[in-house]
Amino acid sequence: MRWLRYLNQWRGTAKEALEQVSIVAKFLCLIHVTDRYIISSTHVQGPSMLPTLNLTGDVILAEHLSHRFGKIGLGDIVLVRSPTDPTRMVTKRVLGLEGHRLSFSADPLVGDSSISVVVPKGHVWIQGDNLYASTDSRNFGPVPYNLIEGKALLRVWPPRFFGSLR
Amino acid sequence: MHVAENHILEKAILDMGIQTLIWQVTKKAFTGGIIGLTISDRFCSVVPVRGDSMSPTFNPQRDSYLDDYVLVDKFCLKDYKFARGDVVVFSSPSHYKERYIKRIVGIPGEWISSTEDVIRVPEGHCWVEGDNKASSLDSRTFGPIPLGLIQGRVTRVVWPPQRLRKLGG
Repeated sequence: MRWLRYLNQWRGTAKEALEQVSIVAKFLCLIHVTDRYIISSTHVQGPSMLPTLNLTGDVILAEHLSHRFGKIGLGDIVLVRSPTDPTRMVTKRVLGLEGHRLSFSADPLVGDSSISVVVPKGHVWIQGDNLYASTDSRNFGPVPYNLIEGKALLRVWPPRFFGSLR
Repeated sequence: MHVAENHILEKAILDMGIQTLIWQVTKKAFTGGIIGLTISDRFCSVVPVRGDSMSPTFNPQRDSYLDDYVLVDKFCLKDYKFARGDVVVFSSPSHYKERYIKRIVGIPGEWISSTEDVIRVPEGHCWVEGDNKASSLDSRTFGPIPLGLIQGRVTRVVWPPQRLRKLGG
């Protein structure tokens, strides 16, 4: 009959353990929702957005509300899922919305030959600020609006560059 | 005098009771909503199939008032590895609020023959077509779509009960 008593003791501990697990689970769900739908921090690096973003990497805060309401505008820095590799995110600036006509230089290192495009419906034209070292819409064409996953708000690291991005 | 005071006290306690009740219900709804959203984003979700572009796989009868509901698995979004024959849910490349369900018939690097010419599916993209070629808006119209637009892979039909089945392949 002793094991019956042990069972009862364990029942109390098990219930408490389950409560703690459910608190942790709810907290993780809250983190997921905030990170995906409200605001998140991203580490970005690479030369394609010089001089706006540093080569060695910055941490920026990005919000995930604007693109759901269609409020992405010209000049916004956006986080986009790469059309050439869906496991990577790229950070570029929106330079054209649907219906806009743009002309860009095919190869900025060689001459001024210029190509003119019209951004199709449902797409945006993204470009890195550093025209010489950026693969963007000049290479893979306009990207569908639905690939946009966030808009950059401000930079939080390194501390001496803290503040909004322009 | 005492009766009036008791009355006011009772009313105050009742008011507080209703307020806490509303607060409890709101808290439970909020928690439930957040958990549901996380599960539907990371594990699986159920979506209705509208239209007959995937007939006879989904919605085989044109005027049936019962739409098929399918289970969409989200584990495939970890590394975006899809195969020819997968039925996927993806955001439209031309209308930013719409989502379509179609079948992948071309993976990156393959050649697809469309009406006049042969097109190569670029890296990071896929070619989707509906099973009902006659009435389907798919890659034959808007070209190959980036894999990043895919939001999940359909694994089973879960409603109506007589059409419950696992999708092959």
